[in-house]
Amino acid sequence: MRQFTFRHLFNKVRGGVVSPITLRDMGILGMNARNIHYIARYNDRRKFPTVDDKLNTKRAAGHAGIPVPELIRAFEAPASRKRVMAVIEPLWQFVVKPARGSGGKGILVIAGRNGDRYRKTSGVEIEVLDILRHVNNIHSGLYSLGGKPDRVMIEALVDFDPIFQNYSFEGVPDIRVIVFRGFPVMAMLRCSTHASDGKANLHQGAVGVGIDLATGKSSHAVQRGLRIHRHPDTEFPFDQLQVPGWRDLLHLAASCYEMTGLGYLGCDIVLDRERGPLLLEANARPGLAIQVANGVGLRRHLHCIEGLAPEKLGMRVGERVNFSMRTFAADQ
Amino acid sequence: MSPRVQVYIIAVLLALIGAGLTAYKHFELGFPLLPGEYRTVWTIEAKVGFVAEGGPVKAALTLPREQRNMEILGETFSSSGFGFYIARENDDYRALWSRRLAEGSQSLFYQLDVYQRPGAPLAQPLDLSTQVQKPFLGAREQEAVRLAIYALVEQAREHSSDVESFTTQLLIELNNKDNQDRNLIFRHYADSSLVDVALLILATADIPAHRIRGLYLEDDRRRLAPEDLLEANDGKRWIVFEPTTGMPGVPENFFIWQRGGKSLLDLEGGHNSQVTFSVIANDVPARDVSMRSTSRDGEALVDFSIYSLPIEQQSIFKLILLVPVGALVVVLLRVFVGLRTSGTFMPVLLAIAFIETQLLTGLAIFTLILILGLWVRFYLSRLNLLLVSRIAAVVVTVVIIMAAISVISYKLGIEQALTVTFFPMIILAWTIERMSIVWEEDGPYEVVVQAGGSLLVAILAWWVMTNRYVEHWTFNFPELLLLLLALILVVGNYTGYRFSELMRFRPLVK
Repeated sequence: MRQFTFRHLFNKVRGGVVSPITLRDMGILGMNARNIHYIARYNDRRKFPTVDDKLNTKRAAGHAGIPVPELIRAFEAPASRKRVMAVIEPLWQFVVKPARGSGGKGILVIAGRNGDRYRKTSGVEIEVLDILRHVNNIHSGLYSLGGKPDRVMIEALVDFDPIFQNYSFEGVPDIRVIVFRGFPVMAMLRCSTHASDGKANLHQGAVGVGIDLATGKSSHAVQRGLRIHRHPDTEFPFDQLQVPGWRDLLHLAASCYEMTGLGYLGCDIVLDRERGPLLLEANARPGLAIQVANGVGLRRHLHCIEGLAPEKLGMRVGERVNFSMRTFAADQ
Repeated sequence: MSPRVQVYIIAVLLALIGAGLTAYKHFELGFPLLPGEYRTVWTIEAKVGFVAEGGPVKAALTLPREQRNMEILGETFSSSGFGFYIARENDDYRALWSRRLAEGSQSLFYQLDVYQRPGAPLAQPLDLSTQVQKPFLGAREQEAVRLAIYALVEQAREHSSDVESFTTQLLIELNNKDNQDRNLIFRHYADSSLVDVALLILATADIPAHRIRGLYLEDDRRRLAPEDLLEANDGKRWIVFEPTTGMPGVPENFFIWQRGGKSLLDLEGGHNSQVTFSVIANDVPARDVSMRSTSRDGEALVDFSIYSLPIEQQSIFKLILLVPVGALVVVLLRVFVGLRTSGTFMPVLLAIAFIETQLLTGLAIFTLILILGLWVRFYLSRLNLLLVSRIAAVVVTVVIIMAAISVISYKLGIEQALTVTFFPMIILAWTIERMSIVWEEDGPYEVVVQAGGSLLVAILAWWVMTNRYVEHWTFNFPELLLLLLALILVVGNYTGYRFSELMRFRPLVK
């Protein structure tokens, strides 16, 4: 767990500020502009339930033929101890998550077992009672917005592609792709670190790796806003990183546009060893850290799509992916 | 029309309505824009004293009429043992006291509060008679007096061009003790006053004129006799003259009690009657004056407002009306600065609690409860409780902590800590619950950031909300809320960078 240090706070403030004009010239998208120009304009509120509830996302993905991690069981109503036990008893690895959790809150990943004890990805062992309590907390709405009662999902743990073994520490790396009107516009890989406690949130110390849309290769990497070239725990250099099956992954991300109907979308994708890219979740309000990870502003890419002729917007998924790979290649 | 344009149109309309109503209230109804403005309200008391002769008694006192430069805010009558009513006949406005049997000296009181409106013109009554009754200066009058009067008129006429200058000249001469004609006349009319004589001469000169009775308003004056002014008509309008100087115009601070008409007091069944006045100046908050003067007229803006509520509810509203201001602070800090707080409007509720507890006490109590609560909450989480019962347990714990703080501090003699009760308990419980989740999921650093951010916003909101100008404006000009709403709408359209983003995206620039 990260401790609070005044040095960290001091460093944050010490560097001063940059002028808003510079940021604008670099085409960096701010939170206010994102909310008004993109989320409010392109994301129909009536379509939010599809993405805000992961069970709904799974169902919609099933209709659209988009692969997702296997759902083992969902508990709609508060479940008895017996029923939960019956589900997790035969399992070796699984993930417990709230259907409406936000920001990755309330996700419990069990990576292995040691007799009656369950091992988290960080290596900490917990008892079955802890899992039952976690299930109960989710049902009571501890992790959902406004404390509304929530549903519990028990999902199969993704057997993630060994290519990422060297780039992730105590956690599952995932790839976030921003899809604007069906066109992938920017992508990053989020690798957990020791400092981030196995979590893939950049503000908690995870590494953000910008991925070149044209090739699937790493183009830039940052941790806590500072550029790095090697993973802080595994010491592997990022310039050798290449996401396998990149075009398929972008294809999957782009097809989420048809699935959700949302114009401005963040798709979180994991790479399974056997099944390839799987959609973990979709986000109607994706954050802006992807710009820091890529070292590039989003605005120019978004403007490019907004300026397209109407008939181009009707392109099929494959054509859109081709267009994005051609247009948004990182300059190296 | 794009939503953006709609927002601006609505904002402009709201701002115009808000500013317009405020301006109307300020300029027309006299509500002060700044707090702490005081106006002088004069309390005038008329005392009617007489000796009753043992039979039926009837006393009629002419009352002052509404006038544009002086506003009558309220009146009270005291008439122990007397029947009382107000009669209104032919523009006359008289208080009538009556009693079947009365003996000995009697006192009747009439009191009124008057506010002098700065710069307002004197009302011109159009219905006063301009008929002139020529005085009879015949055989019974001495020849010398008649000639003296004619001489004065002739002299004034020579030195003047119109009625106004004529009257001024005449009054100057009547005050000139070296003028033989004037001395002759005054010797003849020994028990007449200056104004009586002036009226007589004006009538001789065929100029309609009458007397104005009134008072000079000066603080702390007792047993004042009414003073007289002169009013003459120049064919088109009435002009007021101050008799001793002859200057036209109503003197400052002169309160007109009676204009034209008959006597000030009529008494039947008594003698030795006299009317005396006493005057006191009170400095009253300007708002109260406006309130009193407008509520009498049933002004809609005031009548259908929170002022019509009972005082107790008004004081609650005083606090509620500050909430939008606090909300604006939150909006500004989140949109322009990008401060992270736990819960959107939790800081406003905290700020309201701070208003009641004072800032430092409030901060100390809040931090204490938060730390103790978090500590208890962490222990509770080890007990494997269900969420609902855990939050309930936190609520109960918070109540116990609050009670303990109150009792202990009271025993120690720290009275301020008793204000702990002003903290909304459920807010404290929820804050503790949220903070403990943040602690578990994101670590203590995030707790410090969020709690610190919330407290910072709460302190800023408190600072703005306790500003005496803000307090004054929100309560006295609730229509300014429309202006505030317009501002919030416009801010909601801001698409520029937040201050925190200037730091956050700094690495991108290098």
